[in-house]
Amino acid sequence: MQPFTVHTGVGVPLRLSNVDTDQILPSKYLKRVTRSGYEDALFAAWRQSPDFVLNDAAFAGASVLVTGPDFGTGSSREVAVWALQDYGFRAVIAPRFGDIFRTNAGKSGLVAVELAEPLVLRLWELLDASPGSSLTVDLERNVVEAGNDFTEPFTLDEYTRWRLLNGLDDIAITLESEGDIAVFEQQRSPLKPRVGSRR
Amino acid sequence: MTGPRTIIQKIWQNQAIERPGKPDLLYIDLHFVHEVSSPQAFDGLRDTGRPVRRPELTMATEDHNVPTDTLLLNDPVSRLQVETLRRNCEEFGIELKRLGEAGQGIVHIIGPETGLTQPGMTIVCGDSHTSTHGALGALAFGIGTSEVEHVLATQTLPQTKPKTMAVTVTGRLPEGVASKDLALALIAQVGTGGGQGHIVEYRGEAIRALSIEARMSLCNMSIEWGARAGLVAPDETTFDYLRGRPYAPTGEDWEAAVDGWRQLASDEGAVFDREVTIDASTLSPFVTWGTNPGQGVPLDDSVPDPAEIGDPEEREAAARALAYMGLEPNTRMRDIAVDTVFIGSCTNSRIEDLRIAADVLRGRSIADGLRLLVVPGSMRVKQQAEDEHLDDVFLAAGAQWRGAGCSMCLGMNPDVVGPRERTASTSNRNFEGRQGPGARTHLVSPAVAAATAVTGRLTSPADLPERSRTESRWS
Repeated sequence: MQPFTVHTGVGVPLRLSNVDTDQILPSKYLKRVTRSGYEDALFAAWRQSPDFVLNDAAFAGASVLVTGPDFGTGSSREVAVWALQDYGFRAVIAPRFGDIFRTNAGKSGLVAVELAEPLVLRLWELLDASPGSSLTVDLERNVVEAGNDFTEPFTLDEYTRWRLLNGLDDIAITLESEGDIAVFEQQRSPLKPRVGSRR
Repeated sequence: MTGPRTIIQKIWQNQAIERPGKPDLLYIDLHFVHEVSSPQAFDGLRDTGRPVRRPELTMATEDHNVPTDTLLLNDPVSRLQVETLRRNCEEFGIELKRLGEAGQGIVHIIGPETGLTQPGMTIVCGDSHTSTHGALGALAFGIGTSEVEHVLATQTLPQTKPKTMAVTVTGRLPEGVASKDLALALIAQVGTGGGQGHIVEYRGEAIRALSIEARMSLCNMSIEWGARAGLVAPDETTFDYLRGRPYAPTGEDWEAAVDGWRQLASDEGAVFDREVTIDASTLSPFVTWGTNPGQGVPLDDSVPDPAEIGDPEEREAAARALAYMGLEPNTRMRDIAVDTVFIGSCTNSRIEDLRIAADVLRGRSIADGLRLLVVPGSMRVKQQAEDEHLDDVFLAAGAQWRGAGCSMCLGMNPDVVGPRERTASTSNRNFEGRQGPGARTHLVSPAVAAATAVTGRLTSPADLPERSRTESRWS
């Protein structure tokens, strides 16, 4: 995983709430077995409309998505995160995320920043007032910056933040506890089922 | 931790491996795998040379993109995904239920029906509806592909301690009101983000009165209001359901297991981070009008008028949803005509759901020009339904009777809803394009789905004219 420290890039306002993962990545693209190449699939249905914000040339090259509450609800599809990354997004800012989406983002290196709704509204106004302007997501200082008078703190759970800052493989970290896992397994109830052992 | 504990805290403590300075590792008792969310996880194992730590705690099935009217995988992209799963299961030693086999079916149907899903277990799957297994008192939740790889490699997941919530459902559900109606009413009340960050225990008199299958429909929908998982403490209903199933313990082991399961219930006085109470006796059949599961009303009501919604964000979302759904404000829900009815999905494709639908359809015919798909959740459910001759009822009414799979729930297999086509569906999501690009979905219970198929408009069984004596008797 690529480390994430400080990122500055064009912000794009997606003024919608409840953007579920079926919208971020329609299910027909879920049939692929690959890990990359999903940039064409991102918001595929909505991108057919010329009015969709990602089709606005003013926001070309955007890498920070600023959107409404309950972004990434619904299906657990991690491909929704990969598609955002393949398109070029490094961070998503929203008042609230679907739990599985936020976890998936943290595993894949996309930073999911929670900012309160009034702050997101201010960012939308800033971005609409000067389309193509940049935002900074600073994971070292835990702040979002925009223009001269927007500096707002955010929190990310410490473990995810530490992994993102250092680009660490979660599985390798867990396997450092292999001894403890083995001890747990020895004490585990023998009554619990094992696949293939049925009567 | 001392003092009274919730069932959630008890299961957590039983399963957590503590790490200084890092989140607990939650040991996973059972991991379900399917063709869609797993290929890149197995690739990850190969890339790093890691084995599957506990193949015997892992079970795979083919459900999401398989057809339900043939055993042939004609779509080359779907076929590659299914064949990839077959190769991966072979290579890593994982038991797989293939399309057409007796044990195949939707992942959340086959776990409980075989007795693999048991109280107190931790269960995960790369599918957000894994919370279904919570009906048996398991802590079960959906995960993404990176976490699928993590569980395959370590049989654990790093997890921060969840917040807990109690949803207490008082009273009894009136006759003809299903746990699906309860779920839709709850989501309309608390909103799609209402449970975010929480694990929920459903409790109270109404929950105790529900069958295990009805509890599954309720727990299944937990994710639709943002909850990480939902569960019901095991009770005699749970033990009666599990007894004698293929993976249930037997003899002395059964007694020992039940003794342990009885200890799981939340202690008297245990404190939840949040509590929500609903009076079941006030509920009636519930249907959605919009494009998220929280946009629902009682069937007796009408499509809301966005102009009358105070919150600007909700107003805008409602207007957008009505435009997508092709609905006018203030239309009576009962006046909405549908083209297709789908009875199936991990929410409502179990034998009880099919019995309820068959009871409504027995001696009746579906409306002219309407398409009704009845899709059992598993090959076992299909066999059971056929043993009870429910398939004869469905076919006589004019329905299509299919093989097992996710089918029309999610638009990634041949069973899709067309653009601007309207459907009443027993599935769990009415998102834009969920059942196919441009599809318009109304979420309903199996009883409402079956009655709707008869009239061609959103209908409850109570609205239907009486059948003659000979028509209504069991065949």
